[in-house]
This record gives sequence, structure tokens and C-alpha cells, in this order.
Amino acid sequence: MKTLSHVAGLCLIATGALAETPVLTVYTYDGFNSEWGPGPQIETNFEAECGCDLQFVGAGDGAAVLSRLKLEGANTDADIVLGLDTNLTADAAATGLFAPSGVSVAYDLPIAWSDEVFVPFDWGYFAFVAGKDVAAPANFRDLAASDLKIVIQDPRSSTPGLGLLLWIKAAYGDESAQIWADLADNIVTVTPGWSEAYGLFLEGEADAVLSYTTSPAYHLIAESDDTKTAWVFDEGHYMQVEVAGKIAGTDVPDLADAFLAFIATEGFQGVIPTTNWMYPAVMPAAGLPAGFETLVQPATALLLSAEDAQAATAPAIEEWRAALSQ
Amino acid sequence: MARSPVAIIAPRWPGAVVVALVLALTLGTLASVLFRAGAIGTLTSADWSAVRFTVAQAFVSAAVSVVLAVPVARALARRQFRGRSALITLLGAPFILPVIVAVLGLLAIFGRNGILNSVLKSFDLPTLFIYGFTGVVLAHVFFNLPLAIRILVQGHLSVPVERYRLTASLGGSVLRLIEVPMLKRLLPGAFLSIFLICLTSFTVALILGGGPSATTVELAIYQAVRFDFSLDRAAVLAAVQMAIGACSALLVWRFDLPQPVEGGLDRHSMRWDGQSLWARVLDGTAILLTALFLVLPLGMVIWRGVAGLGDLPDVIWPAIGRSMTVSLVATALTSCAAVAMALRGGRAVAIAMALPLVASSLVAGVGLFLLLHPVTNPAHWALPVAILMNTLMALPFATRILQPSVEAVQRDYGRLAVALGLSRWTYVRLIVLPRIRRPLGFAAGLTAALSMGDLGVIALFATEQQQTLPLLMYQLMGSYRTDAAWGAALVLLGLCLVLFIIMDRGGRIDADL
Repeated sequence: MKTLSHVAGLCLIATGALAETPVLTVYTYDGFNSEWGPGPQIETNFEAECGCDLQFVGAGDGAAVLSRLKLEGANTDADIVLGLDTNLTADAAATGLFAPSGVSVAYDLPIAWSDEVFVPFDWGYFAFVAGKDVAAPANFRDLAASDLKIVIQDPRSSTPGLGLLLWIKAAYGDESAQIWADLADNIVTVTPGWSEAYGLFLEGEADAVLSYTTSPAYHLIAESDDTKTAWVFDEGHYMQVEVAGKIAGTDVPDLADAFLAFIATEGFQGVIPTTNWMYPAVMPAAGLPAGFETLVQPATALLLSAEDAQAATAPAIEEWRAALSQ
Repeated sequence: MARSPVAIIAPRWPGAVVVALVLALTLGTLASVLFRAGAIGTLTSADWSAVRFTVAQAFVSAAVSVVLAVPVARALARRQFRGRSALITLLGAPFILPVIVAVLGLLAIFGRNGILNSVLKSFDLPTLFIYGFTGVVLAHVFFNLPLAIRILVQGHLSVPVERYRLTASLGGSVLRLIEVPMLKRLLPGAFLSIFLICLTSFTVALILGGGPSATTVELAIYQAVRFDFSLDRAAVLAAVQMAIGACSALLVWRFDLPQPVEGGLDRHSMRWDGQSLWARVLDGTAILLTALFLVLPLGMVIWRGVAGLGDLPDVIWPAIGRSMTVSLVATALTSCAAVAMALRGGRAVAIAMALPLVASSLVAGVGLFLLLHPVTNPAHWALPVAILMNTLMALPFATRILQPSVEAVQRDYGRLAVALGLSRWTYVRLIVLPRIRRPLGFAAGLTAALSMGDLGVIALFATEQQQTLPLLMYQLMGSYRTDAAWGAALVLLGLCLVLFIIMDRGGRIDADL
């Protein structure tokens, strides 16, 4: 019996120890949580002040994270979902799984922010990234008429892929199906996520890859390579605002609130430009790192409202699948 | 139908339980998906092109495999050369080779920066692009050409040598009198088995398929669940998948399906034909090209894998642990279930063996998840579900391997056991099991290797907490940590081989019965 009580005692101590460090589980996209992404640094910075264990769980690319959340439903382990964008927020809010954030901050975003559920953490413009030695097309029609080869992402799993769909929709409206039909022979392949596509581009499988106007900064700053650029299209560039939200059924609500508030602070925003290679939602004290001033600035920014994006998505995906499956 | 005496002695209810479970896991899970979807989804034009792509790639893969197999099998059957038995052994390798490992090996040879394209580029020739239809067919041929060759070599060797003598003494044509009739008998069955295998292909299309223009039905199911969370479409696609499979299975039943070949291929028949220089060059080329096609990708896995071992992340250890657990538990379950099925026999078992071949393991997985969904977070159950799916998928092969031996034991010892008044379980333990050890070991080895390397349902739901070795490898490939992916490929290949060899040999130790 003595042994048994020892074991029971040990178990109590163990659960006690566990209870002292609550775990905050954040579902995010794979790239965010990779060792070169923002995840590790943000984890260190937040854990320094929260007395908790922050665990990032990669679940595919952005849109796939939402799909996974729908599958897990109210039983999900997630306390926070990080990495959706405004094209997905209406759909995400409709699941009823998210709770209002309670965060209001003066953001440095190009748009006014009024969403009460989701908190923005960074933003950027979608663009095709290519080598400077490749003659840049001026718009999608030019690109479709050229022999240039591009890699894009699947709009059903990846937020850049979905962004491209809505970009063409916002720019061309009812003509978008024709644009896709014309683009079909330029598309080398469609990857499930951003990292696969960017990897294919870097290995020389295509002339350009769908990414962000900020991606050349990575090559410039991290690799001292100024041979990459982003094509500026005259119909304008679609914008992405990446967001995080709190799961209503979280078992650590205070911790989740603390994390949402932490997103707007230096410990999070300061990490973003040189790890996620996007513009921060709140400008860090040091400003943008040197090199960002060389990036192209689109003349026109395009963005559908969350509701319009939700309404446009399903028909646009069907249009895209039909055009590319021929 | 008169019952044989063996049916009286061998316990029949475990087989019935297994059949019921198989029905529940295939048809029951499909019903669960349909029920949850609430509506019958409609197929869009893109879904139909996925159906067309699936059938087209399976047709071309099967056609290319059997056509290429004809000259290679003839060359192997009539030539004797150094390394011939090694090559024959190698033809069995694709059965236990994880798909994802083979695809990585193929990429190293046929990919953009692969060996072939480097050679083509240096001669200013147009390069091969592996993503899409070409790549899917190429990978399927890699896996199924050996199967076709084995079937045909067996066909060649089953021709009595007297017939060659007779043909030679009559001055007749070996091709017309012997080979063409033999091929006519074997090719339809070989073609259809390969066609069926390629219909439900998932991993190959996942990695080498490129977007909506190169999507198989199985991949479309994966995308409908993982990307769209559109269960109604997944359910309808699954029904379509089953319908295609059932149609082809009906076709298969009309032909002689070649039995899996286990040995005896390293014999060669004395033949009088093919002595001309032209025939020798032709045979030599066929053998050389086949050997290169099979050896080079595997060689690359070993070559680059050794270099990549140092880059392996620490999470490889838990991943190995999970994969070993999945593999061993699935093997134990499959072995028990296959013995139970083989002992029972009959029509219900025949149907239960056909169902997993045409069902979508992804839909079965989704169905199970949906049943768990109201009760718990289904993601926690990714590994048990993977174990069940691997068991389900391996069961038809394992049962088929066991059936002949079990039937032989029943025939030879059933009456004696009845006369001795042995209890049912004593009969199974003392009489049946010792006599089916060899095929049981072989079946267990195949199951262990298949389960170890499978990237099916686990790719749908697992996160890092349930990451298996193939999933880790897939993610390393996706994030372009190529060196680490090569290292993981080598580890995975090694574990599959070791598991297969241990179990296969284990069945032979003291197996003098």
C-alpha cells in the first residue's frame, strides 16, 4: 500500500506541475511554424511573459487550417487560430466557433479595421515574384499571352491561391473565366501550399511564383541576393490581411486574450518583417528593416470585403477548377 | 452446396465477425459520410474531368506496363546471365517499397534537375516535365511493370520445355505457336489487375499530380475533405470511385486473374529460338533498361539518403515510434483477421475481400472521424484510424496469400481432426497454424511493410502530434528540406525491408511441416 500511495502522490505532483504551466494551443499554417518562420521567436517572446507553454500546431496552409477546424468542431484542441485572412473570416465566423477578441488597437493597415472577432497581425500585396532577368508582363492579359511559366497555389487550401482567384475576380469581374482559360497554359503546376510553390520556383521549375511584393526582401536581406523582383500589374494588386481569432470554447480564455493582445506588441510585430516577410500590422519601434524600401509599391490596392469575398469564393473556385481541368 | 467436414471443425464465427467489420468499415462508413452530408452533392465539370483523368491514367499505366513487360519477360525467360536472380528478386521490391520513397527516387531521375533532364539539356533536347499525367503514369509503371513482368515470366516458364522442342523440330515459329497464345491468356488479367490498382492511387497523384488537370478521384476526395470540408462532394466522389472499381472488378472476374507468384522464377527454360544477334541485342537492351529503370531510383534513395541522415530533425524518433506501432498493430490485426477469413471461406468472404479493393480508404477514414466527431476530437484518433485502415487495405492480399494453404490443411487434416474429436481451437492451434506459417509470415511481412509506408488517411488529419514517418517525409519534401527528406526516405525504406525480412524469415524458422 505504501508503494501505491507513493505512486498516487507522484501522480498528484505531476498533475499539479502540469496545472502550473497552462498550455495555449495555436493552430496555424505550416510556414508560420517552421524553424525559419516567426513561430519559434514569437513562442520565446510570449512565454517570457505569460508563464505558459505556447504550442503552435501546423495544419497545412491557411485555408486548410479552417477546414481542419470545421472537422474538429467544438471538440477542437485549438485555443487560437492564426493565419486566416479577410477572404476567410466571414466563413470562419459563420462556424460559430470564434469568440469576439475584445482587442482594439490603432493599426498601421492601409484599410480601416472594424472586425470585432479577428485581430490582424500582418499584411501584404499578392504579386508574382520572378528573376529580374525575366521580361515582366504588365498585367494578367500580358501574362496569359506570353510563354512565361508560373506556379500557383490551390485556392482551396492556400490563402495566396484564394487571393489570386479574388484578385482576378476583383480586377476582371465576369471576364475572369476567360482570363483563367488563357492562363491555363502558363501554369506549370498547382501546389497545395505556398512553401511547395516557392520551393518549385527556387528550383527553377517556373519563371515566376505567386507570392507577395515583400518576398524579394527575403532574398535581399537574408541571402544578399538582389536578383529577384515582384511584377507590378497595372490592374492593381489584391491585398492580404492575415488575422488570428480566439476559439469560444477555449479552456484557457485569459491566456487566449493575453495572446491576442500580445499580437499588437513589439514582441510579435518586431519579428514579422524578417521572418514572415510581410508588413507588420503595427509598425515596430525600429520601423521596417533596411531593404524594404526597395520593394515595389502597387499603384492600386484591391480588396473585397469579407462578405463579398465569402460570396464570391465558391463560384470563383468552380470557375477556376473548370478552366484548369480542361 | 455440400459442406466439407472441415467447415464443421474450424471455428466459423470469427470469420463472420471479420466480414461484418469489413462491411461496416467500407459500406457503413460511406453511409456515415452520406448521412452527415445530408444531401447528395452534385458533380461539377471539374469532378468529371477527375473521373476521366483517373480512368485515362489507369488505362495508359496498365497498357504501358503490360506492353513493356512483353519483351522484358521474354528476355528474362530465355536468357541466362549474371545477376539474373538478383534482378528477379528486385522485381518483387515494389510490393514492399513505400510509394512516397519511390516517388522521391523517380523525381531524382526524371525531375527537373534529375539525371535524365541533365543529360537531355546537355544535348539541347527538350526536357521532360514530371508533374501531371506523365509523372503519374511513370510512377505507376514503375510500380506495376515488375508485376506484369513477373506474371509473364511465370507464363513463359509454365510452358513445358517439350513444346519448345516440338516447335523447333517442326521448324515452327515460337512466337506464333507458343508465345502469342500464352500472352492472349495472361495479358487481359494482368492488364485489369494493374488497371484496378491504378484506379485508387492516392499518394502518387498527391505528389505528382499538378492541380485540377491532374487529379484522381481519390485525390479529389482528399481535397474535398481537407481543403473544402465539403462532405457531400466527398461522399458522392466516393460512391463514384466505388462504382468505377465495381465495374472493373466485374470485368476482372470474367478473366483469369493471375495468382501472386512467390517463387520458381529463377528457373529458365532451354530454348532454341532467339539465337540471332538481333534477338540477343533486343533482349539485352530490354533487360538493361528495365534494370536501370528499377535500380536507379532506389540507388538514388540510398546514395542521397546516407548523405541526408545527418540533416534529420529530432522529431524523426517519435515518428519512427508511431510508424512502428501502426505497422505492428496493423500486422497483428491483419494476421488474425486473415486467418479467420481464410478458415471461414465462402461467398461472404469473397465479397469482403473485394470491397476494400474498390473502396476509398480516405472515405472510410472520414466516415470513422464523423462517427467520433460528436464524442471527441477526432484528430486524437488519427493513429488508431490509420491502423484500422491499413488492416482493411492489407486484408484482401493477406487472405489471398493464406487461402490456398488453409484450404490444403482443411482438406488433408479436417477429417482426421473430426475423427480424433479435437476441439475447434485445438485444431486451429495445433493443426492449422503450424502448417500455414510460411504464407502467414509472408503475409505479415507484406502487411507490415505496407502499413509502415502508407500515407493515406494519416495525411488527412494528423498534426505533428500524430506524425508518422511517411507524413514527416512528405512535409519535409513540401518545405523543401530535401536532404532531410532523403534521409527520412532511407530510414523508411530500411525499416520496411527489415520488418518484411524479419516476418518472412520468422515464418520459415523450423517450418519443416
